[in-house]
Amino acid sequence: MVSLIVNGARREIDAPTDEPLAYVLRNRLGLPGTKVACGLEQCGACLVTVDGECRYACTLPVGECADRSVTTVEGLGGDGLHPVQRALLDFNAAQCGYCLSGILVRAAALFDADPAPSPAQIREALAPQLCRCGAQPRVLRALETLARDAASQEGRP
Amino acid sequence: MSGLPSALARHPDLDQWLAVDAADTVTVATGKVEIGQGITTALALIAAHELGLDPRRVRVRTAHTGITPNEFITAGSMSVEDSGGALRQACAHARRLILARAAERLGTDAAELTIEDGRITAPGLNASTTLWEVQGGRPFEHAIETRTDEQPPAPPPDRQPRLDLPAKIAGEGVFVQDMTWPDMLHARVVRPPTWAHRLDVLDEPAVPDGQDLRVLRDGSFLAVTGADEYAVVRHAERVAAACRWRQVADLDGVPLGTESQAFPVRDGIPSIEPVPDLDFEPDLAACYTRPHLMHASLAPSAAAALWAGGKLTVWSHSQGVELLKRTLAEALDVDRRAITVIHHQGAGAYGHNGADDAALDAALCALEHPDRPVLLKYTRQQEHRWEPYGPAMRIDMAAALDDAGRIRRWSHEVWSYTHAGRPIPRQPGSQLAGAWLRDNAIDPPPAEPRLGSEVGIHRSAWPIYALPEPRVIKRFVAAGPLRTSSLRSLGAHGNVFAIESFMDELAALAGKSPVAFRLDHLDDPRARAVLEAVDDLCGGVTGPRGVALARYKNQQTWAAVVAEVEVDEARADVRVPKLWIAADAGRVVDPDGLINQLEGGAVQAASWTLKERVRFDRQDIDSEDWDSYPVLRFDEVPEIVTRLVDRPDQPSLGAGEATQGPAAAAIANAVFAACGVRVRDMPLDAEALRRAAAA
Repeated sequence: MVSLIVNGARREIDAPTDEPLAYVLRNRLGLPGTKVACGLEQCGACLVTVDGECRYACTLPVGECADRSVTTVEGLGGDGLHPVQRALLDFNAAQCGYCLSGILVRAAALFDADPAPSPAQIREALAPQLCRCGAQPRVLRALETLARDAASQEGRP
Repeated sequence: MSGLPSALARHPDLDQWLAVDAADTVTVATGKVEIGQGITTALALIAAHELGLDPRRVRVRTAHTGITPNEFITAGSMSVEDSGGALRQACAHARRLILARAAERLGTDAAELTIEDGRITAPGLNASTTLWEVQGGRPFEHAIETRTDEQPPAPPPDRQPRLDLPAKIAGEGVFVQDMTWPDMLHARVVRPPTWAHRLDVLDEPAVPDGQDLRVLRDGSFLAVTGADEYAVVRHAERVAAACRWRQVADLDGVPLGTESQAFPVRDGIPSIEPVPDLDFEPDLAACYTRPHLMHASLAPSAAAALWAGGKLTVWSHSQGVELLKRTLAEALDVDRRAITVIHHQGAGAYGHNGADDAALDAALCALEHPDRPVLLKYTRQQEHRWEPYGPAMRIDMAAALDDAGRIRRWSHEVWSYTHAGRPIPRQPGSQLAGAWLRDNAIDPPPAEPRLGSEVGIHRSAWPIYALPEPRVIKRFVAAGPLRTSSLRSLGAHGNVFAIESFMDELAALAGKSPVAFRLDHLDDPRARAVLEAVDDLCGGVTGPRGVALARYKNQQTWAAVVAEVEVDEARADVRVPKLWIAADAGRVVDPDGLINQLEGGAVQAASWTLKERVRFDRQDIDSEDWDSYPVLRFDEVPEIVTRLVDRPDQPSLGAGEATQGPAAAAIANAVFAACGVRVRDMPLDAEALRRAAAA
């Protein structure tokens, strides 16, 4: 039995401790947003945060998450949407959308740390996330606009 | 493009396309499928415009055998033309019927009536009704009468929200990989390393105590099933580790440029006439190549299947559910009337990837587990190793100029393996990989050249320029080293790369600018317009920039692309910080969706052109994941600016495959402009740059 906090709620899970977190989230907790797309930490579709740090749920044993706080795409915005989710929605920033969960988790971690990252910081932060449809330019436009709006609200250039 | 969508002739019944629901919504049906291209949104917009509705009120039901209209396959950038054209006619007819009934009810003239978000009234009329009061829950019982005289309403200018996006942004389980039933079994296959390997020896490992797992074994077809997904994954790994494979063929085939079946092409159509000799002395001749490329869908393919009561139901992200149904029936020897295939979204496929194979494998597992739904998923390595690749190409170009520097003679010979490996019923053999592996194996059918207009190898090989007697030869090579099929844009990527690179080389020889040289040879006003538009948009093709132009299949969207590159000559590294696109797709239905398709195509083509190559030798395929098959990442993608040349009075044209060829050539032309090195072999990686610089 592993006890961990998922999207703010404590969950007790009867799973082998070596079972990757992504399978636990998807099959035992009914949270399909976290995707398993390579199982090799190469594409980022499975990205979640554990105690605020980005981790690949496709390989992370659930046992290592005991008593830690996991956030998935479903929990990014609490009851509503996180600003990065809103931004991608406003810009239709997707094609098939399979890569979105990981991109959103990575972007949310970036914007939570600094609400107005530079375009170069956004690109660098998202580099581990793959998108095969070629939607990256509009994802970047959406997030750059979000950062610019935050900067102007703070009076930054 | 003239004439009416053929789907209307096969399915004239209005009720098969459109239902006004009991309240608040309408449901439209299509035989096409959502593959991330936004077709459900585009079709909802078309129906919404015709019926005077908010697009959110339109539900789109996609391909489902026996229920939706049969539109065969979602391919070739035809959905807006085919399904969109059919739906427009269906909805226009429905609108006429609804307004006639409303006029009767309101005691007025139908011509006076307007529909605004479903509410029907007339100026000065003190009464109104709604779409649902008039028609809700009632069938139309009419055959669609097509009319081409009515101008469709203008699309809304602002960005229309993608209807499928809110669920995906929220992380809902909308993909086939996310399907779940309470009694569902998970399945994984254990595959040989390549198509050319079969099982030699397997000492089956024991199932761990207390785990309810089964190993299905039929020749070299191996699968593991069980209720717990991770237990299935682990046991499949154990079985794979215990397998010894033997190689039954070499991964070699006939090299491109040696033997072929050759067909002269005229106006995009090959013939079986004798191939004319190259009867002029070229001023310039050059050979261009592209390697085998992967679809490399972000999600490995998957399918769900249920065998219950003598009926097989399959949920698949295949692009052709009707074709899949029939080929499944043949491979499984099950009556096709007992099979239903329902499209369920997967990740973007960009052509024929592992989707259809996964459907057969899921069905084979379901047949062993009656009454239990089975969800089967491939691993990343299985998808990379087993998907049918976009085939390698070789294009030999030659031309002669006249004294004024205009092209006097032109020759284009394109060599490639088949681009047509999709499962097609009623041909010998099976294109579903699982069928090749079973004890009673059904081998793949022999590859045959396709001689239709603008298909496969010769797609976009016919020049868009006004040239005297172009010599265009399709050279089909049956025996390739790898399994190949349709990859987005098919032959157009290689052919346009060659044509447009060669045009730049000829422009240099003639001492003209790339834009002026192209305009000198262009009669087509719409081609000229997109070229001039992109030149204007980027502020001039100068410095480290290159331009390229094509009309997809010579019958769909015109697209011109300018690329700006940075070349690090010491590291032989090319970056593409910026692209500009101008495109004419006829009447624009959904501007934002159209731009998304054009830009996505260009980014994917930049990835193919700069980085991608399936690596293999005679024994094995080495590209099995994202490290061994790298693709363009966020820190490498270009910024893109796009201008649409709207033609409200012209038919809408598909655009999902319009930019691949021009983007590839624009990048190569920009590399030449930046550093004077002409790279004729894709990908334009360090190896190719150094080889070209040394040549």
